[in-house]
Amino acid sequence: MSVVFEKPKSLTDAVLHYCPGCTHGIIHRLVAEVIDELGIEGKTIGVAPVGCAVMAYDYFTCDFVQAAHGRAPAVATGVKRSDPSKIVFTYQGDGDLAAIGTAETVHSAARRENITVIFVNNAIYGMTGGQMAPTTLPGQVTQTSPYGRDVETVGYPVKVCELLSNVDGAAYVERVAVNNVKNVKNAKKAIKKAFQNQIEGKGFSLIEVVSTCPTNWGMTPEKALEWVDEKMIPYYPLGVYKDIYAEEEAK
Amino acid sequence: MSEKVLMKGNEAIAEAAILAGCHHYFGYPITPQTEVAAYMAKRMPKIGGTFLQAESEVSAINMVIGVASTGKRVMTSSSSPGVSLKAEGISYLAGCDLPAVVVNVQRGGPGLGGIQPSQSDYFQSVKGGGHGDYHNIVLAPASVQEMASLTFKAFDLADKYSMVSMILADGTMGQMMEPVSLDAGEVNTYEKPWALTGTNCERKHNIVNSLYLKPEALDQKNFERYEKYKTIEENEVMYEEYLMDDAEICVVSFGITARVAKNAINEARAKGVKVGMIRPITLWPFPKKVLNEAADKCKAFISVEMSMGQMIEDIELAIRCKKPVYLCNRVGGMIPTPEEVLAKIDEVNENGGAF
Repeated sequence: MSVVFEKPKSLTDAVLHYCPGCTHGIIHRLVAEVIDELGIEGKTIGVAPVGCAVMAYDYFTCDFVQAAHGRAPAVATGVKRSDPSKIVFTYQGDGDLAAIGTAETVHSAARRENITVIFVNNAIYGMTGGQMAPTTLPGQVTQTSPYGRDVETVGYPVKVCELLSNVDGAAYVERVAVNNVKNVKNAKKAIKKAFQNQIEGKGFSLIEVVSTCPTNWGMTPEKALEWVDEKMIPYYPLGVYKDIYAEEEAK
Repeated sequence: MSEKVLMKGNEAIAEAAILAGCHHYFGYPITPQTEVAAYMAKRMPKIGGTFLQAESEVSAINMVIGVASTGKRVMTSSSSPGVSLKAEGISYLAGCDLPAVVVNVQRGGPGLGGIQPSQSDYFQSVKGGGHGDYHNIVLAPASVQEMASLTFKAFDLADKYSMVSMILADGTMGQMMEPVSLDAGEVNTYEKPWALTGTNCERKHNIVNSLYLKPEALDQKNFERYEKYKTIEENEVMYEEYLMDDAEICVVSFGITARVAKNAINEARAKGVKVGMIRPITLWPFPKKVLNEAADKCKAFISVEMSMGQMIEDIELAIRCKKPVYLCNRVGGMIPTPEEVLAKIDEVNENGGAF
């Protein structure tokens, strides 16, 4: 009997702690598949965030360091500068990367640190129970925006890919989603390219994955996937925001 | 002993770090320690090391965490307001049991304070500084020579005990020039089986982490860490005794104020006053035992410091409040003069050490 589907080698046997319907599981799997396919498991070092993915270090088989909230790109900078032959990635949520860690995100991109950043945007602080995030949509109800995000008083969401597209040092910035099969396939392609770039020394790559939080959005998993299409993607359009090598080739 | 060269204290720290095998330095400009960064910026590219000016002190300390987690020697330096920003990262280094060297060339505070020398980060340095139960090893140089030799020591102790060693200097130590011998001696290397070096698919993955969601596990981890601290308190205390054999008054002082105090002590001795000094070189672990023994012989203590009396509390604890401890201090960037210290010695001598 031939094996047609199995767990990526780069994932441990630990049971994921994520809520039912959360897309972290899919994104973990995509990252692990890419690590397997590129044959870099033994030389990859991950940096875990603070947030729902804090225990990512238990789920991947590669070496891992857990960073303070928002500081993963700075920690990754240290790891990569210590040994540039290693493949270093961070895995961060929206509160971590786009609020408390904005400076670390922008400056690691500006320095063109040769690292890969996986940015999971589900428009809410999941781990602390559903508070307003830097990426919470206008009007979106959360625990700390109980009447809906009022842009007049708390301002607008941060669009990370658009922001980084103006940072000269960023090499490759793409926004993807994992709410349907087609998007999952595209997401894997983008994640693979982000790791491939690092192997080739091309510099800072960030993949924003538009994700879900059924628990804190107060939706069924199916409804949450639909909400990604209806609300998230119109505000956070998918696509390549920056690819300096494609730009160079086009010239 | 190698040939002596004339160097600024800040530069002596930087060169000593490189000689101790530190090839990664992350900094951010702040007076009065910026020469450390400037020196590293010049030297690191020439030895194939990393100098990186981070976007903030917060990022710099987290870059330190990154290098430390791979098992290599690494350093950052700053001055008081910048060290406050690093406190989060220092707590993480403690929680992850990572070795690193942090330099604080102190200036006056609180807030933006001033840019002149101070010792008012004593509490922050010796009591922890960030959140949680932890200690740093804290070394207090009193000469440019010690800026170098205690840097060698700091790297060794950090690796030996897998924790942060802090050099607690001040603006004077950073800025003044003195002849210094840069002889690192034999640099010890320590096994770091926990280091993130890539599994090479040959071992289970290493995890560097300070999160323990099970209270029993975090409880146990903290108790284990304090067992280590106990060993350090037993084995690594460093101090200098000056004219203590027949001393009736014991001055306690570290860093630049210890040098000022020495002048005052010499003048007092010329007048026949029996005064000596115990100069802590390690502020944590604090030289409790020698102070407590001194309390059985001396009638009074004088703490000479550039803070509002932060070290005085540790002296009183060390001597179990057996004898009075007086404070002689200036703050805000002012350095006590030998005359001021002498006046305090005379005053204490005349009132016989009574409260």
